[in-house]
Amino acid sequence: MAELLAAVADFLREEAVPALDRSHPGLGFQMRVAANSLAILEREARLGPDADRREHARLVSLLGRDGRLDDLNSELARQLRAGERDETDAALMAHLQATIADKIAIANPRWK
Amino acid sequence: MPTEAEQVAAVLARAAGRHFGGPAAIEKLTRESGGASRQTWSFDAVVSGQRHGLILRRDPPVAGKIEGERSTSLDRATEFRVLAAAHRAGVRAPEPLFELLAADGLGEAYVMRRIGGTAIARKLLRDPPYAEARRLIAGQLGEILARIHATDRANLPPLGCRQAADHIAGLRRSLDLLGRPQPVFELALAWLDRRKPRPIAQPVLVHGDYRTGNYLADETGVTAILDWEGAHLGDPVEDLGWLCVKSWRFGAVDKPAGGFGSREELWRAYERAGGETVDAARAHWWEVFGTVRWGIICHNQAFRHLSGSIKSMELASIGRRAVETEVDLLQLLKSGS
Repeated sequence: MAELLAAVADFLREEAVPALDRSHPGLGFQMRVAANSLAILEREARLGPDADRREHARLVSLLGRDGRLDDLNSELARQLRAGERDETDAALMAHLQATIADKIAIANPRWK
Repeated sequence: MPTEAEQVAAVLARAAGRHFGGPAAIEKLTRESGGASRQTWSFDAVVSGQRHGLILRRDPPVAGKIEGERSTSLDRATEFRVLAAAHRAGVRAPEPLFELLAADGLGEAYVMRRIGGTAIARKLLRDPPYAEARRLIAGQLGEILARIHATDRANLPPLGCRQAADHIAGLRRSLDLLGRPQPVFELALAWLDRRKPRPIAQPVLVHGDYRTGNYLADETGVTAILDWEGAHLGDPVEDLGWLCVKSWRFGAVDKPAGGFGSREELWRAYERAGGETVDAARAHWWEVFGTVRWGIICHNQAFRHLSGSIKSMELASIGRRAVETEVDLLQLLKSGS
């Protein structure tokens, strides 16, 4: 699946965008957004499942209980809003750093 | 059936005739921005041989505006009055000329003078004609902002006042509406809540969306501040913090002031032009706040697409940009407290 998505994204970026930029500049911009979105999906198909597994394992260890990924994140979000945990919690910060590192590697690996 | 452009041109001819006091010919009418709801049109009105370069800002009459957008953006009539007050205070902003009437049938709309320059960040940051402007923009933005904040409140229409605590509550409401847990934003909002600045006694006119992309500049630097629909009363440092949010540097990450200079350069220019002395910790607080705000706006825009209220590939894909602000937030919370 990732290979097909990568092939389509490459085609759009290398062939369709330059052609549209010449003939329909407005559409060229839209096509750039489309190519970029496909590249995100390609990285998600390739990297997402492992990233989710790692996030889930860290949350189980951080919260001391098991559950669905969304439910564990809801509990963490609740604890943070209630002030039961904050940025002085080293295990929490390590978890968030690792989670966001995995997410940006999918959404936009060039962000710095 | 006349096309939309023909209908707009006919109304503008009538309205420009009323304003300038003579028959007006409408020429070079073009639609500038994409959105169906908040439109910008550019045109010339030729009256007694004199050509006026003008801009129409318009919200077509629609059933069912989007909740949330309605509550935080000004209607056109209020925006017109804010722009008039700021323009009168000497702010570099387009001069608002006249409002359209309900009977004109274009919805809420007004006309202002067109000003030269580009708002496109990529061009301003990289293209050769703007080399000199790039050295000037950070200082100019500080100077203009001091003038905005000095706008006489007696000239302003009634505006909502938003203190730090109101902003935090608003963003938490937005997160709840999204319905997906967001630990990093929750962490940052709790951090902000514990350190929030005290309510300010004398709220000033805050632009509300003061950033690169929302002003015009040419070879000489900033020519006009645009996009006033987020204006409200509040803490002046809110605008300084928002301008420095990393997303508005468009890749020039080592230049916090909108991609053009240092925070200190911006603050000193602001102070020299009469703005209050900038407290670095307070500015940091508002920069963290702005980063959370932009992240949640990204999610909101994607949500508007997914919920079907507006279909747009651009909106759908912008949700992924929220992750960029989460990276920035973890850095910001580490770097200063």
